[in-house]
Amino acid sequence: MSIRERLSGNEAVAIAMKQINPDVVAAFPITPSTEIPQYFSTFVANGTVDTEFVAVESEHSAMSATIGAEAAGGRAMTATSANGLSLMWEMIYIASSLRLPIVMSLVNRAVSGPLNIHNDHSDAMGVRDSGWIMLFSENNQEAYDNMLMAHRIAEHKDVLLPLMVCQDGFITSHSIENIELVEDDKVKQFVGTYKPEHYLLNKQEPMAIGPLDLQAFLFEHKVQQANAMKNAKKVIEEVAKDFEKMTGRKYSFFEEYKLDDAEIAIVCMNSTAGTTKAVVDKLRLNGIKAGLLKVRVFRPFPAEEIAKSLSHLKAVAVLDKSDSLNAVGGALFEDVTSAMYVNNKNVPMVNYVYGIGGRDTTEKQIESVYNDLSEIVSTGKIDNPYRYLGLRK
Amino acid sequence: MAYNLKEIVATKPSRFTEGHRMCAGCGAPATARMILRALKEDDHAVIACATGCMEVSTFIYPYTAWTDSFIHTAFECAAATESGVEAAYKVLKRTGKLPQDEHTKFIAFGGDGGTYDIGLQSLSGAMERGHDMTYVCYDNGAYMNTGIQRSSATPRFADTTTSPVGKNSYGKLQPRKDLAKIMVAHHLPYVAQTIAVNNFKDLYEKSEKAIYTEGATFLNVLSPCPRGWGYPTDMLMQLNKLAIDTCYWPLYEVENGKYKITYKPAKKLPIEEFLKPQKRFKHMFNPGNEWMIKEFQDEVDARWQELLDLEEITNK
Repeated sequence: MSIRERLSGNEAVAIAMKQINPDVVAAFPITPSTEIPQYFSTFVANGTVDTEFVAVESEHSAMSATIGAEAAGGRAMTATSANGLSLMWEMIYIASSLRLPIVMSLVNRAVSGPLNIHNDHSDAMGVRDSGWIMLFSENNQEAYDNMLMAHRIAEHKDVLLPLMVCQDGFITSHSIENIELVEDDKVKQFVGTYKPEHYLLNKQEPMAIGPLDLQAFLFEHKVQQANAMKNAKKVIEEVAKDFEKMTGRKYSFFEEYKLDDAEIAIVCMNSTAGTTKAVVDKLRLNGIKAGLLKVRVFRPFPAEEIAKSLSHLKAVAVLDKSDSLNAVGGALFEDVTSAMYVNNKNVPMVNYVYGIGGRDTTEKQIESVYNDLSEIVSTGKIDNPYRYLGLRK
Repeated sequence: MAYNLKEIVATKPSRFTEGHRMCAGCGAPATARMILRALKEDDHAVIACATGCMEVSTFIYPYTAWTDSFIHTAFECAAATESGVEAAYKVLKRTGKLPQDEHTKFIAFGGDGGTYDIGLQSLSGAMERGHDMTYVCYDNGAYMNTGIQRSSATPRFADTTTSPVGKNSYGKLQPRKDLAKIMVAHHLPYVAQTIAVNNFKDLYEKSEKAIYTEGATFLNVLSPCPRGWGYPTDMLMQLNKLAIDTCYWPLYEVENGKYKITYKPAKKLPIEEFLKPQKRFKHMFNPGNEWMIKEFQDEVDARWQELLDLEEITNK
């Protein structure tokens, strides 16, 4: 029997980490992810986990120590947000290039500057090409479930890449929701034990990791990383199937909400999907064929699958909770439009940058996007594909 | 047992092998090799290394000069990286995932750039947390790997590519940072300053003590650089000797706060003896620049006196 609980997103992640019982957690506090190492420290203090908690002096050291611990042969985890991730940036790339299946909880928050502690996705978007698998979570349940699946994906021999589980700062990290937890023993069995093939602490086979890698080899090594990311797609699906067997909860690269017969749709990630679902339900009552595609797996980007899923639509709006400041549009928009083009799917598409710095995103705003889409369908015209939603006049 | 270099070299194989690409006359490889010789033969070691000369010359894919396990991540975080390795060791040992009869020691290497400057925070954090590891700074007094830029370990007056001697400049303007004392201020069980001299006795014995003292320990090793200092490559060991005989680089150790000077020259040589063979100080010997040598000498004397005082005070 699963366990019914009421938990915040941060609590849910901390509980997942407790059940995973990693060897090392190295973390530094930053709003809004601070609670995760706090909760976890109490598990360590009370002996409910075997973990060695390293209370590092910065996020750069958090990722460095996590890399060291994982390379040593341990299962290592961390949590951060925004500027914490920015400070880790150098090490984020090193973690993936060393092919270390580290798992991180990223509680999304606006990256400075100016300083802002609230939610948007600018932190995650800053590392989207760093070679980490990136899973996004609509709510507490998904943040928890994604954590339970994380190690199985990251540690798979065909993958061996670090993985981050994203959720929206405050919106889900600090909101208490009903959640179904999996029993400890089932989690333990599902996640399994970590048995690295090569590791620093193996006296029988000393190894050197992190070379100077020059013109003769770096290119091939980068291609190996790229291939691992491609391989991750299959593994993500396999793990989701096993997870469904255990919990009944079904996961894929993305969730299609009333998309089958939809004529207009929104593509978005994390908590905004919840708001969008409410709007879709309302519009459907009025006979408007609205739908939603919620991206769960942002890296590897399921381009072909997304293109296929959106191909029958008459207009699509992609919502980006981060502005790429490139005079073209947000990162998700660029990925989705490029997926469509490459797969020969021609659907009118617009981009809305929204929710920056924690700006509230209301049902009314989402509804206005669907209204815009209806207009695009009826006029066949898109004046400006790069738009803002919820921007004060 | 009395220290015997011949016996150590004969009985303990080198754990840092030939084939690396460090420059002839560089102090770092001899230092690293000797420090690793201080490990017990049966003990495994995980070496962490900051980006710098030592890393880029010893581990160029697909070759490595290190026979122990080795990890390099980035410039400023050898200490933090090693602290993660050590944390994993603790828990894997505790939970029975590693053989109980095997022992691993943890040694991190960084140059003065990776230690005094960009890596100071990471070092301070790891030392304060008390990981069971030894951090070794091979201090060559500038960012040599990128082409001799000044660091906070560069001595005053030294000519470097970012503190060049010019019409309006006499080289580096500021005196060098005293890193060993910063480490002492962390209240570590063992901090020492050493160098490769006299059959490596001081270096070997301090390394052994540092590696086998439980907790975070720190070694600061002066490591001359022929390119950056401008001396003939065959002069390395002579320069090391001059560094200690002029008291430019005093040899001492601090065990649980107690200072012990491990070498007091019978006759303290004037600082010119150390400065003269080095091109980076050449301008100090031009007519009219005598004040530079005097000020350099005054600083060396003051630091030496401070050390003598500390030894006296902490052993009362």
